[in-house]
Amino acid sequence: MRVRPGTIVKGLCGTALLFLSGCNRHQSALSPFGDDAARIQVMTVVLVAGAVVIGIAVAALMVWAVRLPANRLTLVGGERFILIAGGIVPSAVLLALLIYSLPAMRPRDVSPGDLNVAVTGEQFWWRVRYEPPGATPLTDANEIRIPVGRTVRLRLLGGDVIHSFWIPGLAGKVDMIPGRENTLVVRATRPGVFRGQCTEFCGLSHALMAFDVVAMPPEAFDAWLAGQQAAPARAAAPGQALFAQHGCGGCHTIRGTEHAGTIGPDLTRMGARRSLGAGTLPPSEANIASFIRHPEHHKPGVRMPAFPHMPEREAMAIARYLKALR
Amino acid sequence: MSLHAQDDPALREAQEARLRAAWQRPTGWLTRWTDTNNNRVGVWYVLTAFAFMLFAGVLALIMRTQLAVPDNDLVGASTFNQLFTLHGSAMMFLFAVPMFEAVSIVLLPQLLGARDLPFPRLSAFGYWSFLIGGVFVLGSIFFDAAPDGGWFMYPPLTTRTDLSGLGADIWMLGLSFIEVSSVAAAVELIVGVLKCRPPGMRLNLMPLYAWYILVVAVMILFAFPPLIAGDILFEMERLLGWPFFDAAKGGDPLLWQHLFWIFGHPEVYIIFLPSIALFAMLIPTFSQRHLLGYPYIVLAAVGTAFLSFGLWVHHMFATGLPKISLAFFSAASQAVVIPTGIQIFAFIATLAAGRVIFSTPLLYATGSLAIFVIGGLTGVMVAVVPFDWQAHDTYFVVAHLHYVLIGGTLMPLFAGLYYYWPLVTGKKLSDRLGRTAFWLLMAGANLTFFPMHLSGLMGMPRRVFTYPEELGLAGLNLASTAGAYLFAVGVLVIVIDLALSPTRAKVKRNPWNAGTLEWLALPEDEDWGIRSVPLIETRYPIWDQPNFVRKVDEGRFFLPDAEEGRRETIVTSVLDARPVAVIRLGTPSWLPILAAITVGGVFILTTYHLYWAALGSGILALGVILRWLWTTAEIPEKPCKPIGHGLELPLYVAGPAAPGWWAVFITMLADATAFSGLLFGYYFFWTVHSDFPPPSAGPAPTWPIAALALTAASWGATIIAREVHRRGRVGLTRVLLALGAALSLASIAAGLAGPWQAQLDPATNTYAAIVWTLAIWTVVHSAVAAIAQLYGLARSLAGRTTPSHDADVRNITLYQHFMLFTAVLTWLTLGLFPEVA
Repeated sequence: MRVRPGTIVKGLCGTALLFLSGCNRHQSALSPFGDDAARIQVMTVVLVAGAVVIGIAVAALMVWAVRLPANRLTLVGGERFILIAGGIVPSAVLLALLIYSLPAMRPRDVSPGDLNVAVTGEQFWWRVRYEPPGATPLTDANEIRIPVGRTVRLRLLGGDVIHSFWIPGLAGKVDMIPGRENTLVVRATRPGVFRGQCTEFCGLSHALMAFDVVAMPPEAFDAWLAGQQAAPARAAAPGQALFAQHGCGGCHTIRGTEHAGTIGPDLTRMGARRSLGAGTLPPSEANIASFIRHPEHHKPGVRMPAFPHMPEREAMAIARYLKALR
Repeated sequence: MSLHAQDDPALREAQEARLRAAWQRPTGWLTRWTDTNNNRVGVWYVLTAFAFMLFAGVLALIMRTQLAVPDNDLVGASTFNQLFTLHGSAMMFLFAVPMFEAVSIVLLPQLLGARDLPFPRLSAFGYWSFLIGGVFVLGSIFFDAAPDGGWFMYPPLTTRTDLSGLGADIWMLGLSFIEVSSVAAAVELIVGVLKCRPPGMRLNLMPLYAWYILVVAVMILFAFPPLIAGDILFEMERLLGWPFFDAAKGGDPLLWQHLFWIFGHPEVYIIFLPSIALFAMLIPTFSQRHLLGYPYIVLAAVGTAFLSFGLWVHHMFATGLPKISLAFFSAASQAVVIPTGIQIFAFIATLAAGRVIFSTPLLYATGSLAIFVIGGLTGVMVAVVPFDWQAHDTYFVVAHLHYVLIGGTLMPLFAGLYYYWPLVTGKKLSDRLGRTAFWLLMAGANLTFFPMHLSGLMGMPRRVFTYPEELGLAGLNLASTAGAYLFAVGVLVIVIDLALSPTRAKVKRNPWNAGTLEWLALPEDEDWGIRSVPLIETRYPIWDQPNFVRKVDEGRFFLPDAEEGRRETIVTSVLDARPVAVIRLGTPSWLPILAAITVGGVFILTTYHLYWAALGSGILALGVILRWLWTTAEIPEKPCKPIGHGLELPLYVAGPAAPGWWAVFITMLADATAFSGLLFGYYFFWTVHSDFPPPSAGPAPTWPIAALALTAASWGATIIAREVHRRGRVGLTRVLLALGAALSLASIAAGLAGPWQAQLDPATNTYAAIVWTLAIWTVVHSAVAAIAQLYGLARSLAGRTTPSHDADVRNITLYQHFMLFTAVLTWLTLGLFPEVA
């Protein structure tokens, strides 16, 4: 019977994870939910195993060298040892490694029918735009939904400064550089809610620039996207007027209303998000209200202006309004 | 003076008295700081770099404390960003590289049996620049103004003045100043290795440490200038708004990343190879045999240096560059393992072949090799591109680089500290404290950094001031923090050991029974370096040359005396170390300190936008430097002097035989490298933008070609001046030098006229900005050319340059060759490339 490498990996990781109780499963390269991350995980195990073997061998040679009595190793023997252990063996190992690793760099193929998602890194949030072939694009922020089992092409764009887009469970990271466009092609293999984070230092709140990744069954994804593209009906709420009155619409869009600002994150689905401020806070109404009045308390260097003089009551009303947007 | 004469003890004592008088150190409470002797300057340098390391270590401890638990608020984001930026920058620029140069300044003259380095005042200048720049950069954190853009300072975060403050300027200008002093030290060290070896020490008999100094200093020479070029572009963008990295105006943030990592990767080997070099000195001692595989080690060191310049893109695997170039750089990154492997296995073979004495220094050496090997293995992992896409910019890389730097720099330096302390102080450090510290450091380093491999792969990005509890990384981070404190205790034990050293008794000379030249140093303080400069026939003369130590001490080799009361050392030929001349060395002086203060003033005042004050400081600096130069290449009172064994050497040399000529040559190589960094910028923009250069933007070929013609004429005038001068036509030489200066000045006008007439506005687009930058770089060099020509004229008028003593004229000609190279590339690029493209 042949054991698939994947099984071995799962076994090893399972054992390792036993020792790391409480460890994270939704932002980890060791807990993949996509093809590329899974492939790199196998590669990680191969590399670690190789490193352990070589490390132990070198350590053993050092102990041997220190213990060996003088003059047992001749000049010629010593030089031969240097060439073999330092030159020939590493060359052979590295050649094998290159042959193993280079083909793994080949990107996944895309076809014109695949979903494109454009993601732009901004200080300190993510602008997301779904570009389904043959349908109107849809703008969102700080959350990325992808269909399981389908190839998705992520177009990664630089906004203000350099950011880096990393969903460890899905694939490796790619930088988002102003003036350039990078591509990352991914395919999720199991549904679930995962997390991604900025990995290029981008300023004060670099640590607070995360996002949620929701891998959905393809039919559910299609239904969700279609539902979003239909213009949502908005019932009037007290917070809505306050939102307009404080000028929030100058930066934020809420589809189905007159608010169409594009400087800050799109808030159309604010109530459905799993976090507030790009992974900074749980999205409770109290947190939203507090964020509106003092965003810099929660997120240093945030571009959103503070509204310290806004009465608590009004902030709560806006928060309730936003929380109801789905 | 015959061998026989040295049998007379009275003569020897008289000689020693004269040597002692010539090498008398200044002792006043203020004037003592004017000292230039490598023993003193080198030790100040070591202590300062060590203090900066401790400071940067404390910054790391604060960071680890902040990260001990999730969602901690001990320090805020702003402070944390300053902490990690300063920690990395200080460890790289204020500790690792300067420490190599400091140790080399202490050891090199001893290793080569020279009395001092060829340019003692240049060492002093390097030290004072380092001290001023280091205090300036590190002090900023006490004013909450420290750089906070990461040690890599990626634009546009750091170039946009709305997103970054004074800290970015402090980083750029403060560290540029340090880089200049690093290059100065590199020049000193290269010339020292090439020209100041003892007679008979052919290249293949050189102690390996000297080989590594040569290799590493050459790397500094080619690695730092691209960063200096990057710094120039960076500050032009920050201070003047010239868009090199601003994508909206045609710039590209990736240009900085290329320039930074063309510096940054060789940098890793610049700080790692010196540690290998320390091993290459102490492993033979504690194996009590010659090092096995000397030629392999030399080839491997040179090979590492070459390869290290071809790896920089592995810091950019995630930037979206074409896969084919990633594959190339992945292969190259892995290939560097091979020369590294050769070096490590040469040590293992030596230990195997010899009789191992397991001393404290050797304990540190083997321990650091073990740690380094782990870092090397994870290095191979991150060289594998797909793996790096996961590991890049996570704590995995933090773990990797700290294993490399602790195993490849810090612990080897501690090995060197325990090994060489007796050489510098005449006393041994405590074995008990040393071994205690060793085990604390080993446990601390592994406890700190091993868990980071896991926390990185489990989703912890680098440079985060906090992390949420939900990531499940609390346990690993707490372990890392505990390890960091353990490591700090280890360092503290070493500091205590050093502090107790003055209470301990002196040990005998050469306490480890080593075979190399530096162990001739006496436990008593003597500033003359070596009693007489020996004739070298083997790699381990103390072991292999009969009666070697006695013959050196009794002055039976060369130059055992200082009859004229001058500080002197022997200059030999580059390849086979034939004695060529005796040169007089610089004596204690205020000039190096004044030069450091005024040059530093230019950088520091510019940081605060005090441009007029900076200009004033620059003019003062020029004055001090010219005054300093005026004291060099002095015409001796007699043409030759005997140095023993019937040898008589000239006291004045010019051209390639002279250290001064080599210093100019090497400095100009660094200068040309910085220039090629700027030129790389021009052609880089051409490759990334289809509309670069923009059609009919100018400048028209006329003015650039005129500038080139004028520069070429100035070059020609200088060469003719050198030739007629040699033939004794002093008057014509003076006319030609004056003419050359006039032509140089005219080329400045012509060079600036091109972009001026084309009305290129550098603040609006990248093309105009890079054209102006290249033009300004080149005309500044023409201005220096004019100053040099006028200096030559002044020297001739003052009788300090004559047809038989023409070092100045030759050095000016050498400068002109590089000037012409710069002018050809600049003016042809600016004038003709837009037409061709």
